[in-house]
Amino acid sequence: MDFRDTPDEAAFRAGLRQWLTDTLPAGWADRTPAPGRWDEAFTREWTRKLYDAGYVGLTWPKEYGGGGAPHTHQGIYLEESARVGAPDHIGVIGLGMAGPTIIAWGTDEQKKRYLPPLLAGEEVWCQGFSEPGSGSDLAGARTRAELDGDEWVVNGQKVWSSYAHIADWCILVVRTDPSASKHAGLSYLLVDMHTPGVEVRPLRQITGDPEFNEVFFTDVRVPRDSMLGQPGEGWNVAMTTLLHERGTLGFALTAALERQVLNLVKLAREVGADDPVVRDQIAQQWIDLQALRFTNYRSLTALQKTGVPGPEGSVAKLHWSETNQRLTKLALSLQGLASQLDGDGAVWDGYWQYQQLRSRGNTIEAGTSEVLRNIIAERVVGLPRSR
Amino acid sequence: MDFAFSSEQEQLRASVRDYLRDRYGDERVVALAESDAGWDPSSWRELADMGWLDPSLGLLEHAVIAEESAYALLPAPWFATVALAWPLLDEQLRDAVAAGERSVTLARHGSVTADAGGDTLTGVATLVPDLTSVTDVLVVADGGVYAVEATPDVVVPRSTMDRTRRLGELRLDRTPARRLDASFGPEVRRRSLALASCEAVGVAQRALDLAAAYTKTREQFGRVIGTYQAVSHKVADIFVALQLGRSLAYWAAWAVSEDDPQADVAVSAAKSAATEGAVLACEYAIQAHGGIGFTYEHVLHRYYKRAQWLEAFEGYGRDHRAAVAAAILDSEGAVA
Repeated sequence: MDFRDTPDEAAFRAGLRQWLTDTLPAGWADRTPAPGRWDEAFTREWTRKLYDAGYVGLTWPKEYGGGGAPHTHQGIYLEESARVGAPDHIGVIGLGMAGPTIIAWGTDEQKKRYLPPLLAGEEVWCQGFSEPGSGSDLAGARTRAELDGDEWVVNGQKVWSSYAHIADWCILVVRTDPSASKHAGLSYLLVDMHTPGVEVRPLRQITGDPEFNEVFFTDVRVPRDSMLGQPGEGWNVAMTTLLHERGTLGFALTAALERQVLNLVKLAREVGADDPVVRDQIAQQWIDLQALRFTNYRSLTALQKTGVPGPEGSVAKLHWSETNQRLTKLALSLQGLASQLDGDGAVWDGYWQYQQLRSRGNTIEAGTSEVLRNIIAERVVGLPRSR
Repeated sequence: MDFAFSSEQEQLRASVRDYLRDRYGDERVVALAESDAGWDPSSWRELADMGWLDPSLGLLEHAVIAEESAYALLPAPWFATVALAWPLLDEQLRDAVAAGERSVTLARHGSVTADAGGDTLTGVATLVPDLTSVTDVLVVADGGVYAVEATPDVVVPRSTMDRTRRLGELRLDRTPARRLDASFGPEVRRRSLALASCEAVGVAQRALDLAAAYTKTREQFGRVIGTYQAVSHKVADIFVALQLGRSLAYWAAWAVSEDDPQADVAVSAAKSAATEGAVLACEYAIQAHGGIGFTYEHVLHRYYKRAQWLEAFEGYGRDHRAAVAAAILDSEGAVA
């Protein structure tokens, strides 16, 4: 057991730290965070710099443009980025979900075709899993694809699809065999979002921002071979995606929470936090952050030693989401009635108001807390299935 | 970055677990807890023979033993000797402990002072863990540490909720004492906090195992109760609390063993989260058991009482969070 960087990790960290200092705008790390309005042009520019410096796809295979580095490097990248509040790569869904699934299931041609532009940020991906009638119950998906010559013809509707409004490609779960049982009738398509018949409508969230979208498919024609796995294997392919969504997420969640705890401490120092109850609650957030960090390290160590993440990894998203909700509410409570302002004159121009409202989605997106508790109870603790 | 015990440490864990499973089933633990002595003094030599008291063990080995012995609720002054007195022992006591001849606890609350001449002590030390089980007690008095024999004339037992870890009162009246070349400092306290956190992990793991086993088999309304989400989600919450506490407890043990700059906040984080997590685990496990979990007959209350003992030991969670708050709010510089 040793939590210190190895010489290799220390060298990577030092180089990255220097690069971040040199590359981010002057004074970036000390700025007051801004509300959630997202700057697409800046994000695209940042993505290009990250890619050129070799910090994208650190753990991906070298032959497809990745870095072939150990998982700890990706962890260090996320830690250091969080420490200075560096922006994300534009391809969040691509890097976290589409890419790993293509690596696991794709043909050699598919990997060569999709992975390099994904890493470079030249092609942005979105996810088409949830539907109005099937959210947590993915196997109930009704969007269908019918074979017509050498093309699949897709009709249906997806929802809660982040980045769809700027996406070039979509990982899409469709029903190709209506006569098969729920899971067996599904397939997994890679769909060009610029195909005629694809319509994206933004959905405003509780924050007022259109961060995610509805996507309508009307007679959308998709080449027959633009599929991961075989027809009917969609469920298994989708499970790979969700495994990556929930499995390699630990570092990203730790990084996000670390940034938020730093922000909370900054806010507390600004507004004054002498109340022992407030101090107790702030300390609890810090402890919850460390618990997430070291649980993630434990899971990563298991992954490196055995090839499978440990069972402790399943708690990361559940713990993070509930902690982030408590933290952002605490931040609002430090502001008194001014906590109700979200524009001119608001603390930090409304940063915390946005964050608090946004955090309500954390226990819903990427597996609701109810689904995650089912998974822990059934697959980890071994209780009988609840449904 | 490597967050795993070594294969030697894992072998130690397996051997500790095997011994405790063979020798300390629930029935025997309960019988010992209900006995006057509260433990089996002849077992001390067995622990020594297995190397649990060997001076060569490091804190990570102690962490493994602490977790496993709490899982079995081993009634023995191992925690007192190793988590409390250990770093203060002189060579004479250390050798006697390693041979299984002596066991030692630590008394640091009360009004004991050294008499003129310095070779006797007078006063009362309160809330001394396992005082009735040990052969010797180290007393913190006047800034020094003194060794005193824990003979019946100076030991007053106090009825304690956790009957496997009783507190006692030490009453000294010009009692012969030997001053040791040691002082009670923060590093001694850090050790005890890290190991108390590891014990809490063992308690929470047992609470989870009991809750899982029961909810997998108990039927109501024609179904196994583990299929009801109102029940299974509480079991999932036990698992979450256990894993978070375990991560922090192991981090704390490592940080203390390496004298890491974050050792102080690490032990406070671990002590607060792991002991509160153990209490929550036991409370949810009791609830999942329904009426039987509330009986004296069931073993759960014994774990619940140990969890509460650990929560109360060396500061409740809020005391440790106050220390964390001071570290992250009152000084400029890196907080995360």
